[in-house]
Amino acid sequence: MNPPNPAPAAPPPNSDVVARPPDRFGAFGGRYVPETLIAALDQVEAAYAAANTDPEFTREFEALLSSYVGRPTPLFRARRLEDAVGGGPIWFKREDLNHTGAHKINNTIGQVLLARRMGKRRIIAETGAGQHGVATATACALFDLECIVYMGAEDVERQALNVFRMELLGADVRPVKSGTQTLKDATNEAIRDWVTNVDDTHYIIGSVVGPAPFPRMVRDFQSVIGREAREQILEEEGRLPAAVVACVGGGSNAMGIFHPFADDRDVRLVGVEAAGEGVESGRHSASLSAGTPGILHGALSYLLQSDDGQVAPAHSVSAGLDYPGVGPEHSFLKDSGRAHYVAVGDTEALKAFHLCAELEGIIPALETAHAVAYLLGEGRREVEAGPVVLCMSGRGDKDVAHVARVEGRGSIL
Amino acid sequence: MTTTSSRTAIGRAFSHRLEAGSAALVPYICAGWPDADTSLEMLRAAADAGADVLELGLPFSDPLADGPVIQKATFEALEGGMTVKGALEILRRFRKDHDTPVVIFTYLNPVVHHGMDAFVAEAADAGAQGLLLTDLPAGADPALEGAAERGGLDLIRLLAPTTAPERVPEVAKGGTGFLYYISRTGVTGARTSLREALAREVEALREHVSIPIAVGFGIAEPEQAKAVARASDGVVVGSALLKAMERGGVEEGRAFLASLRQAIDQVADEE
Repeated sequence: MNPPNPAPAAPPPNSDVVARPPDRFGAFGGRYVPETLIAALDQVEAAYAAANTDPEFTREFEALLSSYVGRPTPLFRARRLEDAVGGGPIWFKREDLNHTGAHKINNTIGQVLLARRMGKRRIIAETGAGQHGVATATACALFDLECIVYMGAEDVERQALNVFRMELLGADVRPVKSGTQTLKDATNEAIRDWVTNVDDTHYIIGSVVGPAPFPRMVRDFQSVIGREAREQILEEEGRLPAAVVACVGGGSNAMGIFHPFADDRDVRLVGVEAAGEGVESGRHSASLSAGTPGILHGALSYLLQSDDGQVAPAHSVSAGLDYPGVGPEHSFLKDSGRAHYVAVGDTEALKAFHLCAELEGIIPALETAHAVAYLLGEGRREVEAGPVVLCMSGRGDKDVAHVARVEGRGSIL
Repeated sequence: MTTTSSRTAIGRAFSHRLEAGSAALVPYICAGWPDADTSLEMLRAAADAGADVLELGLPFSDPLADGPVIQKATFEALEGGMTVKGALEILRRFRKDHDTPVVIFTYLNPVVHHGMDAFVAEAADAGAQGLLLTDLPAGADPALEGAAERGGLDLIRLLAPTTAPERVPEVAKGGTGFLYYISRTGVTGARTSLREALAREVEALREHVSIPIAVGFGIAEPEQAKAVARASDGVVVGSALLKAMERGGVEEGRAFLASLRQAIDQVADEE
């Protein structure tokens, strides 16, 4: 391994602007982007800083989260899963009950409000499983904005239902046929679009990845998950949880639920990556568990890469986790030891997908099924220490056709 | 047009053309595309056709600043087994019979993974004079930005039409060799108005930039190259050269560059 130089970015010389929040989390993060985008990132940064101190922005964001998204989402005790695990209590933070079926919409509502403040009428997004694309298309419909969603050609195939949903919502879904034809390449294409159309376009990144200020901003918009969960578990249990568990692809649902617990040092934070066909097989998406630091999509973070510094293709049965990078704050939390990262394979995730449906009447997203699988396996020990909160980040309706296909039930769509 | 003397080989290559009233020609060639030997032949042919500085692209799996033509060449070069070592080997072979300055054009990850200082040292040893990293904007990482200078390579910086005027001095300060201005206004609009806008933009940059300014904007024809040469100090051409190679190999690439060279040199006669 050849770790990159971790020198933090120096403040710009002669800068008399108000100090902005750091671009980095420890050594990770930064703004490794083409020069063309610097002005746009500065603009997003400034607009976000202004929005943060504007009570009207916060009021409108919270009103929409309540009346449109359906927040607060409930905290639900999964008693039959507890029996299967052999301990408990296990609480699900029900992000699957949000409008559009996942946590993604918390971020897209926030960023669409921001785009409106910046006067940008054209929105672009990348999507893997399609959840972020649907959430972006939804927010754009609500605010009458043009919406273009880039999606890897392979994912367009795997997630046909979400493609149709986006089109129903008025979005233009553009299949990306370059590279590995998955989320990574969709992100490349969205960045290329942004470089070309930066004057009138805002890029709504769907996870805590990309150049600053995106990782911090997306985390902030998603932190509503953890704030609610912390309040709810205190009310239900009269104590903080022993552990908070969430799946990690780019890592936005995990950062959203982890962040408000970050100062609660006794709460274990556990991120569950996709081990695909097994970390040792080389066909996986476990950037934190098996990657090394590298630079992709504007940030320094753990990355799956070849010996020659080429980005390695990721693999997971779940399109939303099929990404060779990860949010830079997760890299920081890993190296600082504040959070722990484990990996769960396709087979275990599929088992958990079924079990969660049968035991709790909740079909989880395949991404989320990885977190459930962790509790059923290695993570059984988490429940011995006290209550566990699991981020039920999305529902699995979008995955049923794919699972049927993977399990040899033929095409049902 | 201003002429600027510079101590570096790249600066001298620009000066040579500028003093003759012309402008530099800077072609981009993808290492390993369509294969290692052909890309080496294209480097030689480009130098022989009158290129002043060569950009040798070190392919990266996620070329997010490149359009479809260079993306395709990049993927094919990687599929053909091109590596950091392989690209530097092409350069080493080129250096045996040519002294045209070469800029390594790539993205951060392959370089950082190799080790920034080690890469700069190996590139210099193989015969490179400059380094252009598309995803290392000024101020992003001072330690990485300092590596080129420490290792004796010019750091080629980019400016975009979106770069805020107050940022230009910061970008210009750390750049050496030449400054690459990305003009994206090239494909639309009347030619005369394009030339005027471009000339104005470049002149505005000169207030803060003391090294030559080259412009790349999707130049596909000699007439466009001539217009850019009138407005700036150098013409960068990438995708159009790869397309010519796709049509007719190194020969077609050479002929294309020769036609650009001829058009650019006509500017000298106008003045």
